[in-house]
This record gives sequence, structure tokens and C-alpha cells, in this order.
Amino acid sequence: MDSYNAPESTPSASSRPEDYFIGATPLQKRLESVRKHSSFIPTPPRRKIPQCSQLQEDVDPQKVAFLLHKQWTLYSLTPLYKFSYSNLKEYSRLLNAFIVAEKQKGLAVEVGEDFNIKVIFSTLLGMKGAQRDPEAFLVQGLILSPRLEYSGTILVDCNLCLLGSSDPSTLAFQVAGTTGACHHTRILSKSQLPSENRQGKVLWTGWFCCIFGDSLLETVSEDFTCLPLFLANGAESNTAIIGTWFQKTFDCYFSPLAINAFNLSWMAAMWTACKMDHYVATTEFLWSVPCSPQSLDISFAIHPEDAKALWDSVHKTPGEVTQEEVDLFMDCLYSHFHRHFKIHLSATRLVRVSTSVASAHTDGKIKILCHKYLIGVLAYLTELAIFQIE
Amino acid sequence: MSVLRPLDKLPGLNTATILLVGTEDALLQQLADSMLKEDCASELKVHLAKSLPLPSSVNRPRIDLIVFVVNLHSKYSLQNTEESLRHVDASFFLGKVCFLATGAGRESHCSIHRHTVVKLAHTYQSPLLYCDLEVEGFRATMAQRLVRVLQICAGHVPGVSALNLLSLLKSSEGPSLEDL
Repeated sequence: MDSYNAPESTPSASSRPEDYFIGATPLQKRLESVRKHSSFIPTPPRRKIPQCSQLQEDVDPQKVAFLLHKQWTLYSLTPLYKFSYSNLKEYSRLLNAFIVAEKQKGLAVEVGEDFNIKVIFSTLLGMKGAQRDPEAFLVQGLILSPRLEYSGTILVDCNLCLLGSSDPSTLAFQVAGTTGACHHTRILSKSQLPSENRQGKVLWTGWFCCIFGDSLLETVSEDFTCLPLFLANGAESNTAIIGTWFQKTFDCYFSPLAINAFNLSWMAAMWTACKMDHYVATTEFLWSVPCSPQSLDISFAIHPEDAKALWDSVHKTPGEVTQEEVDLFMDCLYSHFHRHFKIHLSATRLVRVSTSVASAHTDGKIKILCHKYLIGVLAYLTELAIFQIE
Repeated sequence: MSVLRPLDKLPGLNTATILLVGTEDALLQQLADSMLKEDCASELKVHLAKSLPLPSSVNRPRIDLIVFVVNLHSKYSLQNTEESLRHVDASFFLGKVCFLATGAGRESHCSIHRHTVVKLAHTYQSPLLYCDLEVEGFRATMAQRLVRVLQICAGHVPGVSALNLLSLLKSSEGPSLEDL
């Protein structure tokens, strides 16, 4: 990992002289602790409650509206080598060629309609926590018009002779019914209206972002762009193809980001602590009980105002969340459940947390519901992604 | 008797007794079986308990080593361990208590941070061992280790005592644990 040696050599990374002596960056602290053979504490005991930051106001709510209410699968991504924001059109072209090549190889065979995807790269302005964070960018896969098959031409010509109908539009629909959606000719595509409506529909979306990624930004050199969080929505095979292209082109590595129960309880506490004007969803927890022969699922739904009231009674330090408060909040829920049902929820595994702000599943799936706290949610996820990379 | 004391009974001849305390019955049973398979010069006795205090009605031999098994997947086992620790006499902690953390292999299932268990072991000045008790190979290795530690705690190894072993194990930990 050559990038880790960079801070000692490049003068730009070490701006403050006391960093050398105290080892203030988390990576340097960790290297020191490894040399001393002692244990390292990866998570800080305190975290900030997500607030509406000033940068949030620059983001147009309509532009990010397509990011909300969608199920995203999370991946962590190592820094991209020699990525530049000015070459986005070039990258679109290369990725399109790669996808076409992959589809022709027949490796990503999908049963059903064979759509061609056209990929567009664009930057997402304003999706950053601090000014130092690199710009987020978005990759969208749009549907192209269906491909023209040469064998279909011959077939339709024969049918034209046979049927001999005078009305071309009805003929087109009849033939489409018999030969299947893939087979079209030039004659048909002019009159067939439904395919033009489908063109441009977004089939796959993926976006890369970095929110408050200071600990990672300090350790990498100039050639690398740090965008540790990758969110994907769409077919798994497309994610795999696009991921392979990125790994080949920028020498980076994707790995799926799983969220463990400990981090889920932190998310539950932080999102309950957010001030909301009105609640759109109930606060819901899902636990999985490991028992044979099949596992049980326990779902606990709380009215969001009650959850907020419970949090307010537990919360002591303004603006910050501590480990003790999170533990106390969860213990209150566990003891309440135990009193009524005599089941120890602390012996089970927390699998899913869903609040009005966002919902997260342990497999690394997330859905953000509130645009006000979008940056806050992403900041925590970026922290988890950076932790996984390191 | 609500509090376990190390020296309130006479030792049995060539007998070493270990007490495993934990909420996961299946894992404790498997560990006990692995330990009994080990060939050892002294006679081994393995007692299993869900929590302390132990019922006083049973006639049991002197306990030489207590192992608290904490499952990192469930907070309940940690709470159970903390409550059981109150029923152990202070003189037991001179090398005759050990903590075993299981389940660290599957990071996505962990609901307790590893650091919490490290702090617990440090507070009670006792060694902390990590083992994924669900994996056969690791369990056999851990059983071997525990049998050796048990023999030392029962005094069957000449020249080494439980307190000796404790100070040997502690010196490998760095001074930065004081930062906790």
C-alpha cells in the first residue's frame, strides 16, 4: 500500500509540525499502536448529531429528490487513481464500450428483454461535508432503444406478404405479438410508439461520495481521489459489470459494506435524536432470533414521538451523542419489551432499523427519507466505509 | 453460599475442576466435551453454569478456575457476566479467573464492541482470550490451552502458580491500556 507512505514524504499532507510528534491523524496513531502491540480504539465514544449544515442549503432539493426513497446497496471503495472530473465524457464512452463488450461476451445473460444501457457520468454538486471533500459524482444507466435484429427483417417481410393487411399500424402490433419483443424491423420502428417512451428511463444508478472524509484525505497523495462511499440501485449484474470497469481503470477495490448491530443501534439513536417537523414513518426495529429449525424475526414498532420523548429523557449533552446514551436508549427499549413479553432482546441480533430520517438493514441496504439530514446520514456511512477500507 | 471462594474447601487428590459460566449452553457443552477429550495427567472435572450464584444444595469440589464466556453477538451475555462477577470473591482474581470472548469472527453479527470486553478484562485484572467456539479447530486449540491453565491453577505443575501465570500474561500487554 504505497499510499500510506506518502504523508511522510509529501510536504502538502503534513501541514502542521505537531502532527509528526503527537501523531494526531488516526492512521498515524494506529501505526504507532501497532508498533507498541497495544489495542486501538477505532470508534470515538462521542459523535455529533446530524445538523443542517450550511453546505446543505446549496443543494437543490429537487436535484437530490431522486436520491431519496430509493433502496441503495452500500459498498466501500478504496481511493481512485488518476481520476479527473474533466474527463467524464471520455469515461462515459469507455464504459459504454465496455458494457457492450461484456454483453456480447454473453457473461451477463439476463432472461427477458435485452435492453442496451447507455451510461452517463455527471457530478453531483453540493454533496460534501467539508470544503476539502472531493465532489460526488453520479453514474446513470439509461435504456437505449431496442436493438435491431437482422433475422427479424426476413421474418416480417414474409408475414407482410401473408397477411396483406392494409393498415400498417395494426400489422405492426400483430407481428410484434407473434415474433417477440426483440425482433423489430426498420418499418416497424417508425410506427411503433411504445419503445420511444421507454428510451431514457433510468435503469441503474450509482453514485460516489465522500462526506467529512478527513481521516482518509490526509493519508493519500495527490493522484488519488477519495470517494469511499458508493451507493448502487439497480440490477446486481449491472453493478458487477460497472464495478469491474472501475476496478480495472482506476485501480480501486469495491467491497460490500455490511452494517453490524452495534452500528445499527448508533444509527437508531442518532436518527431518533434528529429534530423533525412531522414524522412520515414509525420507528421500527427488527431483530433476528437465532434458533433452530428456522430463525424467528421480532419486529418492534414505536410511535416516533414516543421514541423522541424517550431519547430526550436519556440525552444529557447537547449536540453530541455518547456511547452511554446509546446503550441506555437501547436498554430502555429492551427492558420495556422484556416486561411485557419476557423475551431478552439483548440476546438477539438487530437486523434492521427504520426511522423517519432513514432506514438501514444489516446487509448494507439503506433508504434515506428526509433530505434535511441527508448529509448527516451519509457522514456516518462514510465513516463506516473508511473504517472498512482501513 | 452466595459468594465463590477459592480456598474454602480442601482439594481433591489429583483433581482439577473448572467452572464455565455463560449464557450459550450449546457452546459451553461443546467446549466441555473438547476439554474432556484432552489427555491430561490429572483428573478433570468440568462444571457448567448459566450464571452465578450457584445453588448451594449441590455438593461440589473446590473450583480451581472460572472461565466467563462472553458472546460478542449478544449484549445479554455481557450483562449476565457482569452480574455473575459480583458473586465471585476478590481472591479468585489472583489468576484463577479468565474471560473468553467468542463470536469475533463474524463482524457483521457483533453487537458488543470488542473494546468493551477488553475494558472488562482489564478492570478485573484477568486475561482475555478470543476464540470462535463455533469452529471445531479453534475450539480444540482453546480446550488445550484451558486444560494447561487449569493444571497450573490447581497446582499440578511444579514451579508455576496461578499468580505467576497471571503476571506472565499481563506483561505482554502494553501500557496504553491505561488510556481506556
